[in-house]
Amino acid sequence: MSDSVMIEVKKLNKSFGDLHVLKDIDMTVKESEVVCLIGASGSGKSTLLRCINFLEFKDNGDIIIGGERVEKETHDLNEVRGKVGMVFQHFNLFPHKNVLENVIEAPIHVKKVPKEQAIKEGRELLKKVGLSDKEKVFPAKLSGGQKQRVAIARALAMKPDIMLFDEPTSALDPELVGEVLETMKELAKEGMTMVVVTHEMGFAKEVADWVVYMNDGRIVEVGHPDELFNSPKEERTRSFLDSVL
Amino acid sequence: MDFWTKFIDSAPIFLKGMLLTFELTIISILIAIFIGLFFAFLKISNIKVFEWIADIYIFLVRGTPLVVQIFIFYFGLTSLHISDFMAVVLGLAFHNGAYIAEIFRGAIQSIDKGQMEAGRSLGMTVGLTMRRIILPQASRRALPSLGNQFIIALKDSSLASFIGMYELFNVATTQGSLKYDYMSYLLIVAVYYLILVLFFSIIVGLIEKRMARTN
Repeated sequence: MSDSVMIEVKKLNKSFGDLHVLKDIDMTVKESEVVCLIGASGSGKSTLLRCINFLEFKDNGDIIIGGERVEKETHDLNEVRGKVGMVFQHFNLFPHKNVLENVIEAPIHVKKVPKEQAIKEGRELLKKVGLSDKEKVFPAKLSGGQKQRVAIARALAMKPDIMLFDEPTSALDPELVGEVLETMKELAKEGMTMVVVTHEMGFAKEVADWVVYMNDGRIVEVGHPDELFNSPKEERTRSFLDSVL
Repeated sequence: MDFWTKFIDSAPIFLKGMLLTFELTIISILIAIFIGLFFAFLKISNIKVFEWIADIYIFLVRGTPLVVQIFIFYFGLTSLHISDFMAVVLGLAFHNGAYIAEIFRGAIQSIDKGQMEAGRSLGMTVGLTMRRIILPQASRRALPSLGNQFIIALKDSSLASFIGMYELFNVATTQGSLKYDYMSYLLIVAVYYLILVLFFSIIVGLIEKRMARTN
């Protein structure tokens, strides 16, 4: 595992009106690491992820992506977002475009990749997520698991350095969770740097290099999955794990 | 003379009126779509001044009768050497633009905000996401209401007769007074309007069907 730092968050604070959702968050993610964020809903996990992709703007603190401190005033956030892929709980596929068109949209219109090449790369990505036979199908005709795999392929099409997953399996029927987690495991094996907000403790145990437990806008505990799940140091971590396991 | 004889005898002059009604409607609605899109964007811009400008425009249009607007445009613009036809077209466009702005605004805001976020997360700009992702979906949703507004515009164009445009309704009342037979010519003009409305309804229906097929 390389030591180069991909994401560094320092003293990050974020409020929505009177609600202080992120409090002095510090976090470091190195290249090829998989970090899982766990915690009750409302604990700030998703907001943290959205701040890293600048879908929400921090109040103060630093967000350093690939060694560069990113500020909305001085940086082209579209360029930064192109390097940081995001997968959403509700897929957010483009319903008026078929599967292949969903995947090639951003490479063609943002990166100006020639159409032929974008299609070729798009097909490879669809093969990778096991949906080669669906390229002409519209999202409405897909199962939830298939939609989420298309969403993963769509994010990968921008060749991001980092992938963020915001509860990627929470909207899925139980029997469809496995196929999405399998795809994510593949990605982890290939060395993708990943930050995953999840309620799938099994996935976190198996795949994560680090697990981060958040509560009430703060990071309570960070640890290797073995440590954190089997012998948590903090009382709050223990009671959360007791309630979900 | 029975109704159909009168209908056929008056056809040449009514067809001319119909052509003018058709032109007034098509040109004014096309301009109104641009005006509507523009003010819809002002309304969703999240910039207070722009929202106020759009609100004032919509208030002015909704708060005054169309016939007053047409007269104001007519006397205002013809004094600037703009033709009667263009003055009426711009009056109708100004009027319909406000309703179309509200139709577009509603359609754009009805698109799930996850669509904008997905586009942004892929590195697309707000403008590109709007053009490639949001607007194609919103126009599909706006189409039934737009078609409805189109038909309203067609019928409202009869108010151009007040400033002497020789469109369908004006033809009917003129013929009625010449022949001392208002009722027959009003019934005849009703048939022409029904045909035009039917024609536009079919066109809108076809476009809706075509759009539904690609989804």
